[in-house]
Amino acid sequence: MKWLSSACILLLVAIIGIAVADERPDPPAPDGLRAGGTFSQTLDAPPIARVVEKRGRMERNWPEQPPVIPHSIRDYQVDKRHNRCLDCHSREAAPRAGAPMVSITHFMDRDKQVRAAVSPDRYFCTQCHVEQTDAEPLVQNRFRTVDQVLQDLVREGRR
Amino acid sequence: MIERLRYFWRLLWRPSVHISLGVLVLGGFIAGIFFWGGFNTAMEYTNTEQFCVSCHEMEANPFEELKATVHYTNRSGVRATCSDCHVPHGWTHKVARKMEASKEVWGWIFGTINTPEKYEAKRRELAEREWRRLEANDSLECRNCHQFDFMDFTEQKPRAAQAHSTALVGGDATCIDCHKGIAHELPDMSGVHQR
Repeated sequence: MKWLSSACILLLVAIIGIAVADERPDPPAPDGLRAGGTFSQTLDAPPIARVVEKRGRMERNWPEQPPVIPHSIRDYQVDKRHNRCLDCHSREAAPRAGAPMVSITHFMDRDKQVRAAVSPDRYFCTQCHVEQTDAEPLVQNRFRTVDQVLQDLVREGRR
Repeated sequence: MIERLRYFWRLLWRPSVHISLGVLVLGGFIAGIFFWGGFNTAMEYTNTEQFCVSCHEMEANPFEELKATVHYTNRSGVRATCSDCHVPHGWTHKVARKMEASKEVWGWIFGTINTPEKYEAKRRELAEREWRRLEANDSLECRNCHQFDFMDFTEQKPRAAQAHSTALVGGDATCIDCHKGIAHELPDMSGVHQR
């Protein structure tokens, strides 16, 4: 009799154990750059943004803004051996290529001394200049251009 | 030994006694198909991407650099692989290039570019050799796909259309003069005349 009861208890424990193990918790995962869903879900990433190709240059939002790149720079090699951007934007190549020359500040070393070639400080273009995509902003922001800021100041002054 | 050679020599030049002319001609014809076909199949195999990257040297260096480019992957899947640019498509020139490639076997045996450092040291030399080759044959391998006569300048950006409709059409420049480093990274370009 004793072995029967202990077997029953064992069976019961096993069944409860299985039931508990089956009920896997699936807690919600936090939303990051993409929606989180739950812990066991894998949601699709948003589609990769496309590069916007524009004819001509884009307006700068404040005087010191590094101009954005209005064309694709896929596979552009910028390294110790070669700088593909400078193929068109260098001092010598710019007029023939019809591209804007890199600004004079790029020729200055850290002591503001203008050198003959682009300074190593300013050599890696994409540290400041970026190509544009049609991506939606990941987070909303309240950025205003310098003109908008000035307009607002004037309006407040009138009041 | 000499006797034996002499016997075979005579056998080769004597008219056949037992086999009919038909068998000889037909047999020769069929054997020809097999040998010629086999030769071409083997040669075509050495033109495949799979064969090229079977060497560590090619897989680790130029192939890795190719992978990011538009000639390796793009939206429509039309692509150029190693041999499309590095081996002429016409038969005569292809065989000539394949004979030249015996030097590459030499390089493979002696490991002339089997480390990234050695590859880097030879990068300019290797690039210049290809530039020279494409300058000499008027960028034939580019033109196998990019046919100038069918280029629509109105679909090109103004600057590209301008260059293509002047220097290229006049023969003053060929593709490689401007389009260097489109499939592999460029070497140190100091002193290279850039158009």
